[in-house]
Amino acid sequence: MSALISAATPTTTWYLVLSAVLFGIGTVGVLVRRNPLVMFMCIELMLNAINLSFVAFAKRMGDIGGQTTVFFVMVVAAAEVVVGLGIIVSIMRKRPGANVDDISALKG
Amino acid sequence: MELFVFVVAAAMILAGAIGVVVRSHPVHAALSLILTLFGVAVMFVAQEAHFLAAVQVIVYAGAIVVLFLFVIMLLGVDRTEDIKTEPFKVQRPLAVIVGLGVIGLVTAAVVASRDVVSSRGSGLVTPDMADPDSNIRQLSRSVFGDYVVAFEVTSVLLVVAVVGTVLLTRRVKPVVKEAS
Repeated sequence: MSALISAATPTTTWYLVLSAVLFGIGTVGVLVRRNPLVMFMCIELMLNAINLSFVAFAKRMGDIGGQTTVFFVMVVAAAEVVVGLGIIVSIMRKRPGANVDDISALKG
Repeated sequence: MELFVFVVAAAMILAGAIGVVVRSHPVHAALSLILTLFGVAVMFVAQEAHFLAAVQVIVYAGAIVVLFLFVIMLLGVDRTEDIKTEPFKVQRPLAVIVGLGVIGLVTAAVVASRDVVSSRGSGLVTPDMADPDSNIRQLSRSVFGDYVVAFEVTSVLLVVAVVGTVLLTRRVKPVVKEAS
């Protein structure tokens, strides 16, 4: 039993499958939820799934470039959250309690 | 040991991710997101990305989720929303089908190609006791060496994001006509 456990070390494939599952859950969240804030959180889930697979590939290929890409993805995610939450705040100020169906026409 | 870390971190990630999708209270969803982000940070450590794990905790779990919670409280949407009713009956089954399709296809591709990408194992130096900060040194050589132009463009992006947000959320003062 212990030999079996010690033999089963997680390989890159495990991390990639976990990343795929996380991405799928994020996709379902974006498609199902109607609160724009929660949809945003699901987009963060998808970004994290991609980061996880980048880091796994960096380890597998022996190349630091994957980790550099994750660094830039994090910076872009931070900028994206700032702009997105700004848009949500300015919409919610005009229509409190709006969900994404109410603001589908993109007109103030 | 490695297996134990993987199982625990994967359980954290999946539990948090499912919590984000199914919890009807936005604050609970944000807290579930923190759980997922910490799990991903543990995965980064397990994959020799120590600096990114620190950045993950500080920037994601620290700054971004706090920003989410701040906006939730600012807008006063911190109440349970009704996610039982669904205006479009067909949307949820379709969304689940799409999600399972994404998971299934990507998993099939990964499993099918598990032996294709051979480990070259040349560039990434694993940090050890003799050289504990080799990951940070490697990453900084890459960011400030090969990708220095992208790094500079990133600073422009951040400035644009800040200015754009200020413009978006600024309240325009109503013009008061002075009765002369």
